Amino acid sequence: MLEHYLSLFIKCLFVENLALAFFLGMCTFLAVSKNVKTASMLGIAVIVIQFITVPANNLIYQHLLKKGALAWAGYPNVDLTFVGLICYIGVIAAMVQILEMTLDRYFPALYNTLGIFLPLITVNCAILGGTLFMVERDYNFWESCTFGLGSGIGWAMAIMALAGIREKLKYSDVPLGLRGLGITFITVGLMAMAFMAFSGIQL
Amino acid sequence: MNSNQKEVLTGPIFNNNPIALQILGICSALAVTTKMETAMVMSVAVILVTAFSNAAVASIRLQIPGSIRIIVQMTIIASLVILVDQFLKAFAFGISKQLSVFVGLIITNCIVMGRAEGFAMKNEPGISFLDGVGNGLGYSAILMIVAFFRELFGSGSLFGVQILTLSREGGWYEANGLMLLPPSAFFIIGFFIWVLRTFKTEQLEEA
Repeated sequence: MLEHYLSLFIKCLFVENLALAFFLGMCTFLAVSKNVKTASMLGIAVIVIQFITVPANNLIYQHLLKKGALAWAGYPNVDLTFVGLICYIGVIAAMVQILEMTLDRYFPALYNTLGIFLPLITVNCAILGGTLFMVERDYNFWESCTFGLGSGIGWAMAIMALAGIREKLKYSDVPLGLRGLGITFITVGLMAMAFMAFSGIQL
Repeated sequence: MNSNQKEVLTGPIFNNNPIALQILGICSALAVTTKMETAMVMSVAVILVTAFSNAAVASIRLQIPGSIRIIVQMTIIASLVILVDQFLKAFAFGISKQLSVFVGLIITNCIVMGRAEGFAMKNEPGISFLDGVGNGLGYSAILMIVAFFRELFGSGSLFGVQILTLSREGGWYEANGLMLLPPSAFFIIGFFIWVLRTFKTEQLEEA
Protein backbone atom coordinates (compact mmCIF):
# COMPACT_ATOMS: atom_id res chain seq x y z
CA MET A 1 0.00 0.00 0.00
CA LEU A 2 2.76 2.39 0.97
CA GLU A 3 4.65 1.35 -2.15
CA HIS A 4 1.79 2.57 -4.32
CA TYR A 5 1.95 6.05 -2.83
CA LEU A 6 5.74 6.15 -2.93
CA SER A 7 5.69 5.15 -6.58
CA LEU A 8 3.12 7.86 -7.36
CA PHE A 9 5.21 10.42 -5.49
CA ILE A 10 8.42 9.59 -7.37
CA LYS A 11 6.50 9.52 -10.64
CA CYS A 12 5.09 13.05 -10.31
CA LEU A 13 8.41 14.31 -8.97
CA PHE A 14 10.63 13.15 -11.86
CA VAL A 15 8.86 11.27 -14.64
CA GLU A 16 5.80 13.47 -15.02
CA ASN A 17 7.35 16.71 -13.85
CA LEU A 18 4.68 19.40 -14.35
CA ALA A 19 7.11 21.99 -15.68
CA LEU A 20 9.42 19.91 -17.84
CA ALA A 21 7.12 17.18 -19.17
CA PHE A 22 3.77 18.99 -19.38
CA PHE A 23 4.94 22.61 -19.82
CA LEU A 24 2.71 23.86 -17.01
CA GLY A 25 3.36 27.13 -15.24
CA MET A 26 5.75 28.14 -18.02
CA CYS A 27 5.00 31.87 -17.90
CA THR A 28 6.13 32.27 -14.30
CA PHE A 29 8.75 29.56 -14.81
CA LEU A 30 10.54 31.69 -17.39
CA ALA A 31 9.78 35.12 -15.93
CA VAL A 32 10.75 34.54 -12.27
CA SER A 33 13.87 32.38 -12.72
CA LYS A 34 16.51 35.08 -12.94
CA ASN A 35 18.03 34.31 -9.52
CA VAL A 36 17.93 31.37 -7.15
CA LYS A 37 16.61 33.22 -4.10
CA THR A 38 13.35 34.52 -5.59
CA ALA A 39 12.91 31.28 -7.53
CA SER A 40 13.06 29.20 -4.35
CA MET A 41 10.55 31.53 -2.62
CA LEU A 42 8.10 31.07 -5.48
CA GLY A 43 8.81 27.34 -5.43
CA ILE A 44 7.87 27.08 -1.73
CA ALA A 45 4.66 29.07 -2.32
CA VAL A 46 3.69 26.72 -5.16
CA ILE A 47 4.33 23.61 -3.02
CA VAL A 48 2.09 24.94 -0.22
CA ILE A 49 -0.77 26.01 -2.51
CA GLN A 50 -0.59 22.82 -4.58
CA PHE A 51 -0.67 20.67 -1.42
CA ILE A 52 -3.82 22.49 -0.23
CA THR A 53 -5.80 22.98 -3.45
CA VAL A 54 -5.44 19.56 -5.07
CA PRO A 55 -6.90 17.65 -2.06
CA ALA A 56 -9.54 20.40 -1.56
CA ASN A 57 -10.67 20.17 -5.17
CA ASN A 58 -10.56 16.40 -4.87
CA LEU A 59 -13.10 16.53 -2.02
CA ILE A 60 -15.34 18.84 -4.09
CA TYR A 61 -15.10 16.60 -7.12
CA GLN A 62 -15.67 13.33 -5.28
CA HIS A 63 -18.52 14.51 -3.05
CA LEU A 64 -20.35 17.18 -5.08
CA LEU A 65 -19.61 17.18 -8.81
CA LYS A 66 -18.95 13.61 -9.93
CA LYS A 67 -21.79 11.69 -11.55
CA GLY A 68 -23.78 10.08 -8.74
CA ALA A 69 -21.84 11.98 -6.06
CA LEU A 70 -24.97 13.78 -4.87
CA ALA A 71 -26.67 10.47 -3.98
CA TRP A 72 -26.37 11.39 -0.28
CA ALA A 73 -28.63 14.40 -0.91
CA GLY A 74 -31.20 12.33 -2.80
CA TYR A 75 -30.13 13.16 -6.37
CA PRO A 76 -28.36 10.01 -7.61
CA ASN A 77 -28.53 10.95 -11.31
CA VAL A 78 -27.13 14.45 -11.19
CA ASP A 79 -23.85 15.03 -13.04
CA LEU A 80 -22.33 18.43 -12.32
CA THR A 81 -18.88 17.90 -13.88
CA PHE A 82 -19.52 20.67 -16.44
CA VAL A 83 -19.30 23.40 -13.78
CA GLY A 84 -16.01 21.88 -12.60
CA LEU A 85 -13.71 24.46 -14.17
CA ILE A 86 -15.43 27.41 -12.56
CA CYS A 87 -15.47 25.70 -9.13
CA TYR A 88 -11.79 24.73 -9.25
CA ILE A 89 -10.58 28.18 -10.23
CA GLY A 90 -12.81 29.67 -7.52
CA VAL A 91 -11.32 27.33 -4.90
CA ILE A 92 -7.79 28.17 -6.03
CA ALA A 93 -8.41 31.94 -5.93
CA ALA A 94 -10.05 31.66 -2.50
CA MET A 95 -7.29 29.42 -1.08
CA VAL A 96 -4.59 31.83 -2.25
CA GLN A 97 -6.47 34.71 -0.66
CA ILE A 98 -6.97 32.83 2.64
CA LEU A 99 -3.36 31.75 2.78
CA GLU A 100 -2.28 35.33 2.16
CA MET A 101 -4.45 36.62 5.04
CA THR A 102 -3.32 33.84 7.40
CA LEU A 103 0.33 34.47 6.68
CA ASP A 104 -0.17 38.21 7.11
CA ARG A 105 -1.78 37.68 10.52
CA TYR A 106 0.41 34.95 12.03
CA PHE A 107 3.69 34.87 10.09
CA PRO A 108 4.39 38.45 8.99
CA ALA A 109 8.06 37.71 8.21
CA LEU A 110 7.16 34.93 5.81
CA TYR A 111 4.38 37.08 4.34
CA ASN A 112 6.82 39.84 3.54
CA THR A 113 9.18 37.55 1.68
CA LEU A 114 6.48 35.58 -0.18
CA GLY A 115 4.14 38.58 -0.52
CA ILE A 116 4.29 39.48 -4.19
CA PHE A 117 4.41 35.88 -5.38
CA LEU A 118 1.20 34.68 -3.80
CA PRO A 119 -1.29 36.52 -6.08
CA LEU A 120 0.74 35.39 -9.11
CA ILE A 121 0.00 31.80 -8.21
CA THR A 122 -3.74 32.10 -8.91
CA VAL A 123 -3.01 32.32 -12.61
CA ASN A 124 -0.20 29.74 -12.55
CA CYS A 125 -1.27 26.94 -14.88
CA ALA A 126 0.62 24.37 -12.79
CA ILE A 127 -1.94 24.75 -9.99
CA LEU A 128 -5.06 24.44 -12.14
CA GLY A 129 -3.28 21.82 -14.25
CA GLY A 130 -2.57 19.73 -11.15
CA THR A 131 -6.25 19.79 -10.24
CA LEU A 132 -7.36 18.90 -13.77
CA PHE A 133 -4.94 15.95 -13.93
CA MET A 134 -6.27 14.79 -10.56
CA VAL A 135 -9.83 14.83 -11.97
CA GLU A 136 -8.85 13.19 -15.25
CA ARG A 137 -7.04 10.34 -13.49
CA ASP A 138 -9.77 10.00 -10.86
CA TYR A 139 -7.46 9.92 -7.82
CA ASN A 140 -8.87 9.14 -4.37
CA PHE A 141 -8.26 11.52 -1.46
CA TRP A 142 -4.91 10.14 -0.26
CA GLU A 143 -3.61 9.79 -3.79
CA SER A 144 -4.52 13.41 -4.43
CA CYS A 145 -2.55 14.51 -1.34
CA THR A 146 0.50 12.59 -2.58
CA PHE A 147 0.06 13.97 -6.08
CA GLY A 148 -0.34 17.54 -4.85
CA LEU A 149 2.81 17.39 -2.71
CA GLY A 150 4.89 15.54 -5.31
CA SER A 151 3.97 17.71 -8.26
CA GLY A 152 4.50 20.89 -6.22
CA ILE A 153 7.98 19.79 -5.14
CA GLY A 154 8.76 18.72 -8.71
CA TRP A 155 7.84 22.16 -10.06
CA ALA A 156 9.84 23.94 -7.33
CA MET A 157 12.86 21.76 -8.04
CA ALA A 158 12.70 22.54 -11.77
CA ILE A 159 12.47 26.31 -11.28
CA MET A 160 15.36 26.32 -8.79
CA ALA A 161 17.52 24.29 -11.16
CA LEU A 162 16.75 26.66 -14.05
CA ALA A 163 17.51 29.70 -11.90
CA GLY A 164 20.88 28.20 -10.97
CA ILE A 165 21.74 27.62 -14.62
CA ARG A 166 20.64 31.15 -15.61
CA GLU A 167 22.82 32.70 -12.92
CA LYS A 168 25.85 30.97 -14.45
CA LEU A 169 24.74 31.82 -18.00
CA LYS A 170 25.40 35.49 -17.31
CA TYR A 171 29.11 34.83 -17.78
CA SER A 172 28.81 33.17 -21.17
CA ASP A 173 28.95 34.77 -24.59
CA VAL A 174 25.55 34.14 -26.17
CA PRO A 175 24.77 35.21 -29.79
CA LEU A 176 22.99 38.57 -29.79
CA GLY A 177 19.56 37.43 -31.02
CA LEU A 178 19.43 34.54 -28.55
CA ARG A 179 20.14 36.60 -25.44
CA GLY A 180 17.51 36.53 -22.73
CA LEU A 181 14.42 34.62 -23.76
CA GLY A 182 15.86 32.59 -26.65
CA ILE A 183 18.68 30.93 -24.75
CA THR A 184 16.35 30.31 -21.80
CA PHE A 185 14.03 28.29 -24.01
CA ILE A 186 16.92 26.19 -25.29
CA THR A 187 18.22 25.66 -21.73
CA VAL A 188 14.79 24.45 -20.64
CA GLY A 189 14.72 22.12 -23.65
CA LEU A 190 18.04 20.57 -22.59
CA MET A 191 16.78 20.23 -19.00
CA ALA A 192 13.63 18.49 -20.26
CA MET A 193 15.81 16.06 -22.21
CA ALA A 194 17.82 15.32 -19.08
CA PHE A 195 14.64 14.68 -17.11
CA MET A 196 13.50 12.22 -19.76
CA ALA A 197 16.21 9.90 -18.53
CA PHE A 198 13.93 9.21 -15.56
CA SER A 199 11.09 7.90 -17.70
CA GLY A 200 9.98 4.38 -17.05
CA ILE A 201 11.05 4.36 -13.39
CA GLN A 202 8.79 2.12 -11.35
CA LEU A 203 9.19 1.37 -7.67
CA MET B 1 -11.13 49.70 -41.31
CA ASN B 2 -8.95 52.61 -40.18
CA SER B 3 -5.24 52.37 -39.48
CA ASN B 4 -5.64 52.17 -35.71
CA GLN B 5 -7.92 49.15 -35.97
CA LYS B 6 -5.54 47.54 -38.42
CA GLU B 7 -2.59 48.08 -36.07
CA VAL B 8 -4.52 46.58 -33.15
CA LEU B 9 -5.40 43.54 -35.24
CA THR B 10 -2.07 42.81 -36.94
CA GLY B 11 0.48 44.25 -34.49
CA PRO B 12 0.49 41.26 -32.13
CA ILE B 13 1.31 38.79 -34.92
CA PHE B 14 4.98 39.75 -35.43
CA ASN B 15 5.78 43.17 -33.97
CA ASN B 16 4.45 42.54 -30.50
CA ASN B 17 3.92 38.81 -30.41
CA PRO B 18 2.45 37.62 -27.09
CA ILE B 19 4.57 34.45 -26.96
CA ALA B 20 7.90 35.54 -28.46
CA LEU B 21 8.12 38.97 -26.84
CA GLN B 22 5.85 39.18 -23.83
CA ILE B 23 6.40 35.56 -22.62
CA LEU B 24 2.66 35.05 -22.18
CA GLY B 25 0.61 31.91 -22.68
CA ILE B 26 3.44 29.48 -23.31
CA CYS B 27 2.05 26.99 -20.84
CA SER B 28 -0.54 25.40 -23.07
CA ALA B 29 1.16 26.37 -26.31
CA LEU B 30 3.74 23.64 -26.33
CA ALA B 31 1.93 20.53 -25.28
CA VAL B 32 -0.61 20.56 -28.10
CA THR B 33 1.80 21.06 -30.98
CA THR B 34 2.80 17.51 -31.90
CA LYS B 35 0.11 17.59 -34.62
CA MET B 36 -1.18 20.40 -36.83
CA GLU B 37 -4.76 19.31 -36.23
CA THR B 38 -4.74 19.70 -32.46
CA ALA B 39 -2.76 22.94 -32.73
CA MET B 40 -5.40 24.31 -35.12
CA VAL B 41 -8.29 23.44 -32.82
CA MET B 42 -6.46 24.93 -29.85
CA SER B 43 -5.75 28.13 -31.82
CA VAL B 44 -9.37 28.58 -32.81
CA ALA B 45 -10.44 28.00 -29.21
CA VAL B 46 -7.99 30.60 -27.88
CA ILE B 47 -8.93 33.20 -30.55
CA LEU B 48 -12.64 32.80 -29.69
CA VAL B 49 -12.11 32.97 -25.93
CA THR B 50 -9.75 35.97 -26.09
CA ALA B 51 -12.00 37.91 -28.49
CA PHE B 52 -15.26 37.34 -26.65
CA SER B 53 -13.84 37.75 -23.15
CA ASN B 54 -12.26 41.03 -24.25
CA ALA B 55 -15.57 42.24 -25.69
CA ALA B 56 -17.51 41.16 -22.58
CA VAL B 57 -15.06 42.72 -20.13
CA ALA B 58 -14.91 45.94 -22.17
CA SER B 59 -18.68 46.31 -22.29
CA ILE B 60 -19.04 46.13 -18.49
CA ARG B 61 -15.71 47.80 -17.63
CA LEU B 62 -17.39 50.87 -16.16
CA GLN B 63 -19.56 48.77 -13.82
CA ILE B 64 -16.81 46.50 -12.43
CA PRO B 65 -15.54 47.65 -9.00
CA GLY B 66 -11.76 47.82 -9.04
CA SER B 67 -11.19 45.59 -6.02
CA ILE B 68 -12.98 42.53 -7.43
CA ARG B 69 -12.14 42.95 -11.11
CA ILE B 70 -9.84 39.92 -11.27
CA ILE B 71 -12.53 37.55 -10.05
CA VAL B 72 -15.11 39.08 -12.44
CA GLN B 73 -12.74 38.63 -15.39
CA MET B 74 -11.95 35.11 -14.23
CA THR B 75 -15.64 34.19 -14.12
CA ILE B 76 -16.28 35.55 -17.62
CA ILE B 77 -13.27 33.69 -19.01
CA ALA B 78 -14.13 30.46 -17.19
CA SER B 79 -17.70 30.53 -18.54
CA LEU B 80 -16.45 30.98 -22.12
CA VAL B 81 -13.95 28.15 -21.69
CA ILE B 82 -16.69 25.87 -20.38
CA LEU B 83 -18.69 26.63 -23.56
CA VAL B 84 -15.72 25.75 -25.77
CA ASP B 85 -14.99 22.61 -23.73
CA GLN B 86 -18.59 21.36 -23.92
CA PHE B 87 -18.75 22.15 -27.64
CA LEU B 88 -15.59 20.13 -28.33
CA LYS B 89 -16.81 17.24 -26.19
CA ALA B 90 -20.07 17.16 -28.18
CA PHE B 91 -18.78 17.61 -31.73
CA ALA B 92 -15.10 16.61 -31.75
CA PHE B 93 -14.71 14.07 -28.97
CA GLY B 94 -11.48 12.54 -30.33
CA ILE B 95 -9.68 15.88 -30.43
CA SER B 96 -11.10 16.86 -27.07
CA LYS B 97 -9.54 13.69 -25.59
CA GLN B 98 -6.16 14.48 -27.18
CA LEU B 99 -6.17 18.03 -25.87
CA SER B 100 -7.05 16.58 -22.43
CA VAL B 101 -6.58 19.18 -19.70
CA PHE B 102 -5.25 21.88 -21.98
CA VAL B 103 -8.66 23.19 -23.04
CA GLY B 104 -9.45 23.86 -19.38
CA LEU B 105 -6.08 25.51 -18.99
CA ILE B 106 -7.11 28.30 -21.40
CA ILE B 107 -8.58 29.86 -18.23
CA THR B 108 -5.13 30.42 -16.80
CA ASN B 109 -3.63 31.29 -20.18
CA CYS B 110 -1.94 34.59 -19.41
CA ILE B 111 -2.79 36.02 -22.85
CA VAL B 112 -6.53 35.97 -22.15
CA MET B 113 -6.16 37.39 -18.67
CA GLY B 114 -3.47 39.86 -19.72
CA ARG B 115 -5.53 41.33 -22.55
CA ALA B 116 -8.66 41.57 -20.42
CA GLU B 117 -6.74 43.41 -17.73
CA GLY B 118 -4.38 45.40 -19.95
CA PHE B 119 -6.56 46.38 -22.90
CA ALA B 120 -10.26 45.65 -22.43
CA MET B 121 -10.49 47.52 -19.10
CA LYS B 122 -9.53 50.77 -20.86
CA ASN B 123 -11.14 50.53 -24.31
CA GLU B 124 -14.46 50.29 -26.18
CA PRO B 125 -15.92 46.79 -26.82
CA GLY B 126 -15.44 46.93 -30.64
CA ILE B 127 -11.72 47.63 -30.59
CA SER B 128 -11.21 45.25 -27.66
CA PHE B 129 -12.77 42.48 -29.73
CA LEU B 130 -10.26 43.17 -32.52
CA ASP B 131 -7.41 43.24 -30.01
CA GLY B 132 -8.53 39.83 -28.74
CA VAL B 133 -8.59 38.43 -32.28
CA GLY B 134 -5.16 39.93 -33.02
CA ASN B 135 -3.52 38.47 -29.93
CA GLY B 136 -5.22 35.15 -30.56
CA LEU B 137 -3.75 35.20 -34.07
CA GLY B 138 -0.28 36.01 -32.73
CA TYR B 139 -0.55 32.98 -30.43
CA SER B 140 -1.87 30.83 -33.29
CA ALA B 141 0.97 31.86 -35.61
CA ILE B 142 3.58 30.46 -33.21
CA LEU B 143 1.49 27.39 -32.50
CA MET B 144 1.09 26.58 -36.19
CA ILE B 145 4.79 27.17 -36.96
CA VAL B 146 5.90 24.89 -34.12
CA ALA B 147 3.32 22.25 -35.04
CA PHE B 148 4.37 22.41 -38.70
CA PHE B 149 7.98 21.51 -37.90
CA ARG B 150 7.11 18.95 -35.25
CA GLU B 151 4.60 17.06 -37.36
CA LEU B 152 6.59 17.27 -40.61
CA PHE B 153 9.86 16.02 -39.14
CA GLY B 154 8.42 13.89 -36.35
CA SER B 155 5.94 11.84 -38.34
CA GLY B 156 6.49 12.99 -41.93
CA SER B 157 2.95 14.28 -42.36
CA LEU B 158 0.91 17.49 -42.28
CA PHE B 159 -2.67 17.46 -40.99
CA GLY B 160 -2.37 13.66 -40.96
CA VAL B 161 -1.56 13.51 -44.72
CA GLN B 162 1.72 11.73 -45.44
CA ILE B 163 4.22 14.12 -47.10
CA LEU B 164 7.52 12.35 -46.54
CA THR B 165 7.24 8.58 -46.89
CA LEU B 166 8.64 6.91 -43.79
CA SER B 167 11.34 4.29 -44.12
CA ARG B 168 9.28 1.74 -42.21
CA GLU B 169 6.69 2.00 -44.99
CA GLY B 170 9.26 1.54 -47.73
CA GLY B 171 10.06 5.24 -48.22
CA TRP B 172 13.27 7.18 -47.67
CA TYR B 173 12.52 9.37 -44.63
CA GLU B 174 13.66 8.29 -41.18
CA ALA B 175 11.28 9.93 -38.65
CA ASN B 176 12.96 12.10 -36.03
CA GLY B 177 11.54 10.79 -32.76
CA LEU B 178 12.83 13.76 -30.76
CA MET B 179 10.36 16.04 -32.58
CA LEU B 180 7.46 14.21 -30.93
CA LEU B 181 8.93 14.60 -27.43
CA PRO B 182 8.50 17.68 -25.20
CA PRO B 183 12.05 19.17 -25.49
CA SER B 184 11.80 19.78 -29.25
CA ALA B 185 9.08 22.39 -28.73
CA PHE B 186 11.44 24.44 -26.57
CA PHE B 187 14.21 24.25 -29.16
CA ILE B 188 11.90 25.31 -32.01
CA ILE B 189 10.55 28.31 -30.09
CA GLY B 190 14.08 29.25 -29.00
CA PHE B 191 15.30 29.25 -32.61
CA PHE B 192 12.14 31.02 -33.80
CA ILE B 193 12.85 33.85 -31.34
CA TRP B 194 16.44 33.98 -32.62
CA VAL B 195 15.26 34.33 -36.23
CA LEU B 196 12.60 36.91 -35.30
CA ARG B 197 15.09 39.02 -33.35
CA THR B 198 17.71 38.88 -36.08
CA PHE B 199 15.25 40.70 -38.35
CA LYS B 200 13.54 42.85 -35.72
CA THR B 201 16.57 44.17 -33.86
CA GLU B 202 14.51 46.46 -31.61
CA GLN B 203 13.35 43.32 -29.75
CA LEU B 204 16.89 42.42 -28.58
CA GLU B 205 17.41 42.11 -24.82
CA GLU B 206 20.21 43.40 -22.67
CA ALA B 207 21.58 40.39 -20.86
